[in-house]
Amino acid sequence: MDGHGGRERQLFELGRLVKAGLTQPLGLMRPGGVGRILAVRSGEGDVERGLLEMGFVEGACVEVLHHGFLGRDPLAVRINQAMTVALRRGEANAVLVGPLLNRATDVEPTTDQESRPS
Amino acid sequence: MTAGTLAAEGFRPARIALVGPPNSGKTTLFNTLTGGRQKTANYPGVTVERKSGLLKTPGGHPVEVLDLPGSYSLRARSPDEAITRDVVLGRQARETLPDALVCVTDATNLGQHLRLLLELRQLGRPLILVLNMMDIAQKRGCQISTEALSRQLGIPVVTTVAMRKHGVRDLLGQIDALLNQAPAGDGVTAISDWVEPSPDAIRAHHREVERLLQEAVVREGAPEHLTRQLDRVLLHPVAGPLILLALLFLMFQAVFSWAEAPMDWIDGGMAGLQQWLSAHMEESLLKSLLVDGIVAGVGGVVIFLPQILILFLFILLLEDSGYMTRAAFLMDRLMSAVGLNGRAFIPLLSSFACAIPGIMAARTIAHPLDRLVTILIAPLMTCSARLPVYVLLIAAFVPATTVWGGIGLQGLVMFGLYATGIVGALAVAGVLRLTLLRGDRQPLLMELPSYKWPNPANVLLGLWERAKIFMRRIGTIILSVLVILWFLSTFPAAPEGATEPAIYYSFAGLIGRTLEPLLAPIGFNWQIAIALVPGLAAREVAVAALGTVYALSGDEGAVTEALTTTLAQSWTLATALSLLAWYVFAPQCLATLAAVRRETNSWRWAAFMFVYLMTLAYLAAFVTYRVALALGGG
Ligand SMILES: Nc1nc2c(ncn2[C@@H]2O[C@H](COP(=O)(O)OP(=O)(O)OP(=O)(O)O)[C@@H](O)[C@H]2O)c(=O)[nH]1
Ligand SMILES: [Mg+2]
Repeated sequence: MDGHGGRERQLFELGRLVKAGLTQPLGLMRPGGVGRILAVRSGEGDVERGLLEMGFVEGACVEVLHHGFLGRDPLAVRINQAMTVALRRGEANAVLVGPLLNRATDVEPTTDQESRPS
Repeated sequence: MTAGTLAAEGFRPARIALVGPPNSGKTTLFNTLTGGRQKTANYPGVTVERKSGLLKTPGGHPVEVLDLPGSYSLRARSPDEAITRDVVLGRQARETLPDALVCVTDATNLGQHLRLLLELRQLGRPLILVLNMMDIAQKRGCQISTEALSRQLGIPVVTTVAMRKHGVRDLLGQIDALLNQAPAGDGVTAISDWVEPSPDAIRAHHREVERLLQEAVVREGAPEHLTRQLDRVLLHPVAGPLILLALLFLMFQAVFSWAEAPMDWIDGGMAGLQQWLSAHMEESLLKSLLVDGIVAGVGGVVIFLPQILILFLFILLLEDSGYMTRAAFLMDRLMSAVGLNGRAFIPLLSSFACAIPGIMAARTIAHPLDRLVTILIAPLMTCSARLPVYVLLIAAFVPATTVWGGIGLQGLVMFGLYATGIVGALAVAGVLRLTLLRGDRQPLLMELPSYKWPNPANVLLGLWERAKIFMRRIGTIILSVLVILWFLSTFPAAPEGATEPAIYYSFAGLIGRTLEPLLAPIGFNWQIAIALVPGLAAREVAVAALGTVYALSGDEGAVTEALTTTLAQSWTLATALSLLAWYVFAPQCLATLAAVRRETNSWRWAAFMFVYLMTLAYLAAFVTYRVALALGGG
């Protein structure tokens, strides 16, 4: 795996992507949109764990396949080309997505608590 | 051999629990292992109870296998997942900890499914990993080294295709090996030091899974294409809902048009039997019991078997193909408007078959309030027991013509009745959510599985089970209610110089006439009132009871005349419509009330449901009757 710059490097990259306007919440993506998950964060108790358990984890690739016919809700999202999950826009907004080809911001294989951007 | 006899012989069978993420094939494997017939289908959350079965391994070990609800994590979010957690951790009352766990995963989705395995491994119990659905994985060209995986994890790994014997033999061999090492009952009774994994623990597991797969996956399979292509149409924002509507519509048209021929055969058979009995038996009470009580009543219900099977065929195909979750996806926004989750659509759609499995399936709904509302509205979905009543009345009062270029009018009316049930259910949910059961909007997180060809054996087995249940109902509850009804309708006999048919003076007639003032405002006569009372036990009985009541009140000629003709002659259109409206809402099923009490753990909610449905039924029938009268339907 490339991008062994440690936590500072990751945070820096993330900041750069955010500033460059290259990140967006999953809930705002349109069908056909692809990207890599940069962060999963939710203020509400169990939503974050629920998302993580369904495979929405930092580093995973996501592709938005479909949305519902009213209010473009819910979304059908394919994770890592393997599993498709339906979720509502509200929850999807807890997932921050960046460009697909940038692996520098992949989560390092550490158990560091602070490796998530805040 | 049952667990009881095994225990009596002085040894306890080893207990092995099948655990895994939803829809990974646990129940299919369970059925293959134990010869069981538990329900399988292609959507997450099919199994909602713990089921057990027995087998003897090739090595001679007796084993009790437990099939459990699927769960993405031991951190149970819904009542069905809590069952799995409690069994795995040995928290279940009156049950010992399983001696070993078999983690069943979908080989085409190991990236997600191995995470649960890591959670299970931390428990330190004997564990076997099963990579199921190997046939699909191989077809996609995926190659996994079970040796590498086994070495990395330190546990046995086997590959299976759950419906076939091949890999299952390997699995049994591994179970044997495990039991030889550690005989059943190693003294551990419960796992007390388990804690819910934190978000960061879950992240760590994800990274570990990624590492494992880098070691073990020899070649990645090609991603699924068919499902993507199909979803492009079936989940299309415009085409998707239209297709869903068309499918439901087709279902009700089919119920009418495909069933005609087999219904005619059954009808002919029953009429023949009735004539034969009439011709060959002495005039006696027994003859009356057989001809008027049993054959007229039972025949009136048996005839609906083909229609019920067609309805089930559709539901089974929808369930086994993977379309159920798509329907839930399409309905989510509509459901959320009334404060429900799209997920709730799956239990509700199952309620078309029967409300009871629908009410049980509500266990897959995480939030207690969502779940309660789903349970309370499930009986509004038109279950198959209402089908006979609908069909009888529609056949009697709606002409079998086509409208708008080829759409059967009868099927259309039927669709309308189902739609009324659905709209009613959504409206009730909305009202409950705004009044009694207020709460936050709950998240939706639902896996959409790949489409699969429905397994013909599975579908046929499902139909067979349904036919058996239906015939058993007729043989037990319906038959006994009919015999009682016949007695009540025959005694006491009519007085001298009676002007009305004999039944009018019987006990049943008395009951009917007592209820008549109450039911007159909604257009029901005393014959209907008689049929409604036994109809409380089970809905189909009402049709059978009408058969009996009209057979007894008619003269000799009328007995062999079809019930539809009799009804068409003796009821007004307004009465028929009013009875239909009544049946859309009326809570006429004791088993459903018992199920609600069981699932909510309180009589209060069962009573609440009964009262609100009765009120709705009366109001709906009243309005329908009055409007029909005003429009000239008298
Ligand atoms: N092709 C293939 N299909 C399988 C295999 N095992 C199971 N299936 C199908 O996968 C679907 C899910 O199987 P189930 O046995 O109901 O899955 P489950 O794990 O019990 O699911 P839940 O009860 O919802 O947790 C069904 O449609 C099965 O027919 C397999 O090895 N190969
Ligand atoms: Mg199952």
